[in-house]
Amino acid sequence: MTTRRLPRILKAVRRTALQAVPTVIGILILNFFLLRLTPGDAADALAGEAGAATVETLAALKSKFGLDLPVLEQLGGYLSNLAHFSLGVSPRYNQPVAELIAARLPNTLSLMGLALVFALVIGITLGALMASFAGRPTDRVLSVVALLFYSIPSFWIGLMLIVLFSVKLGWLPTGGAETIGANLTGWEAVLDRARYQILPALSLALFYVAIYARLTRDDMIEVRTQDHVRTARAKGLSPFAVTRDHVLRNALIPVTTMAGIHLAGLMGGAVVVETVFSWPGLGRLAYEAVMGRDFHVLLGILLLSSLLVVAVNAAIDILQAWLDPRIEVR
Amino acid sequence: MAPLIDVRDLSIAFPRATPVRGLSLTVEAGETVALVGESGSGKSLTALALMRLLPDAARIASGEILFRGRDGGVTDLARLEDRTLRRVRGRDIAMVFQEPMTSLNPVLSVGQQVAEVVRLHEGLSRRAAFARAVELLDLVRIPEPRRRVGDYPHELSGGMRQRVMIAIAVACAPRLLIADEPTTALDVTIQAQVLDLLDALRRDLSMGLLLITHDLGVVAEWADRVAVMYAGRKVEDAPFETLFGAPLHPYTRGLLAASPRLDASQHYSAGALAEIQGSIASAAGEEGCAFAPRCPNARALCRAAVPAVEVVAPGHLVACPVTTATAQREARHALAFG
Repeated sequence: MTTRRLPRILKAVRRTALQAVPTVIGILILNFFLLRLTPGDAADALAGEAGAATVETLAALKSKFGLDLPVLEQLGGYLSNLAHFSLGVSPRYNQPVAELIAARLPNTLSLMGLALVFALVIGITLGALMASFAGRPTDRVLSVVALLFYSIPSFWIGLMLIVLFSVKLGWLPTGGAETIGANLTGWEAVLDRARYQILPALSLALFYVAIYARLTRDDMIEVRTQDHVRTARAKGLSPFAVTRDHVLRNALIPVTTMAGIHLAGLMGGAVVVETVFSWPGLGRLAYEAVMGRDFHVLLGILLLSSLLVVAVNAAIDILQAWLDPRIEVR
Repeated sequence: MAPLIDVRDLSIAFPRATPVRGLSLTVEAGETVALVGESGSGKSLTALALMRLLPDAARIASGEILFRGRDGGVTDLARLEDRTLRRVRGRDIAMVFQEPMTSLNPVLSVGQQVAEVVRLHEGLSRRAAFARAVELLDLVRIPEPRRRVGDYPHELSGGMRQRVMIAIAVACAPRLLIADEPTTALDVTIQAQVLDLLDALRRDLSMGLLLITHDLGVVAEWADRVAVMYAGRKVEDAPFETLFGAPLHPYTRGLLAASPRLDASQHYSAGALAEIQGSIASAAGEEGCAFAPRCPNARALCRAAVPAVEVVAPGHLVACPVTTATAQREARHALAFG
């Protein structure tokens, strides 16, 4: 089927990319005006932090960063920068925004990726277990666990994970991204970083674990009653093979859709979790940018997240068409 | 030699109902037996019970399902443990279901679904199983099997899907094929093609064929022997010539009288079709013959006890005390004065 569909997929990708341009520009302009609604700007924040800034210093700062220009002129300047593939400069870090983001992006992507993997693997496993024992004690207990995961806020889960695994047991670090000053290389460095990722990824994932477990459970129970599952049993397949090859495969289609929608939400959740675990990612950069009224940085992050959402949606469409041959890539 | 499958006194129970009671049925190798009855008479449940694929709530309450395997040994499928049963399912006994639209997995290609069963039972490699799937699609007369093997169920018509189901069923050359209303969901023109195919495969593979249907036209054309069910019990069992020529049970007679024929006397302007008065009795909690409330010949003894299935002629069994008595009297009469 891949060979038959490849040209259509390429066409769909090209069309999605073209459609993304006006969408993203619209989002940026909207965000630009929204951010102006907050009191103060980067110069105010810097001056306020300095504590002893005079009116003249403040005016000098504003004029240096172009913050004294009319709003529309500022927007024009930003968009013209963007047209030259520049995201502008951060007054706070005195560094190009693109560099700031590029430094943080890998950390956030790996955190989100690991969280999504955790959420899917644990969620689908729990869901399959719940479906297999539907109505029995195992199902009930896991349902309560899922409800807890769903309702407990991630920052609290994060703190409790730190208390348990870092403080009491001492197995995993409390925060940060790697052991400072260890100068590890190769596999050791990878393993070291992985240790730092487990707790933040887990606290980010648990909310989604609950959703996927519930979704997988209900879909599997529904699929199990379908006629084709009886056909599979009539072939003489074992219950495990029936579940793996016929029930799960059909039940995972809605889970995939939800996972795609959630990927954008994971980025939002990362803001909180990165703060709890002092993880040097985009979420914390965004948080710091808001506090410092560093709007160029914030706009850059928003631009990136909207691009991410567009890309993920396109990827989900293709993935769904691959999972479910009844869906055509349009 | 023992029959291929010998169902003895089978009862199927749900927690609050017993939709099949004391059913006995045999199918010989190479024979087509039609199991006939209206909706709710328990014929589909019987078919599922033979494969031990009953819904979760249902169970085999009593009876034996004696199946003669390839080695000639007889096993009771009703008591077989799951692991051994799975080696019988799909290999020795296979089933074609009523709904070709929903009976295939929508996310796997038809080739994968045919190959799956030969890989499982014959241990073929992926490549060999796929080649075998193409052969099987050709066997069930699907045009261009090499191209069709990669198609998904939604890309095929109902008749083609039912052919795929048949290909899956006959993939391991089963000894018994159960077809549960295989043509009910299909166009009339396609019905005959599918039944012809089943019949040809039965001959070529010398399978026993248990054909479950409510269509007497199908029975007349393809069955060697007919078992008629009413409200969970078998009421008559006869070779098809006997059943159509000299039906004995009042229910069978009513069914035959009620089936429309293509001649002028049956045109609606010539009057209404014959019907059986009343509606199908609930199989739960009745005493005596379940058909008695609708039967023109019912006597007091019909309501007293459930009629036993009695042999009235070689190969002709009826569960009706009134007709049995008449038939026996006539037989004695013929013997004395014939």
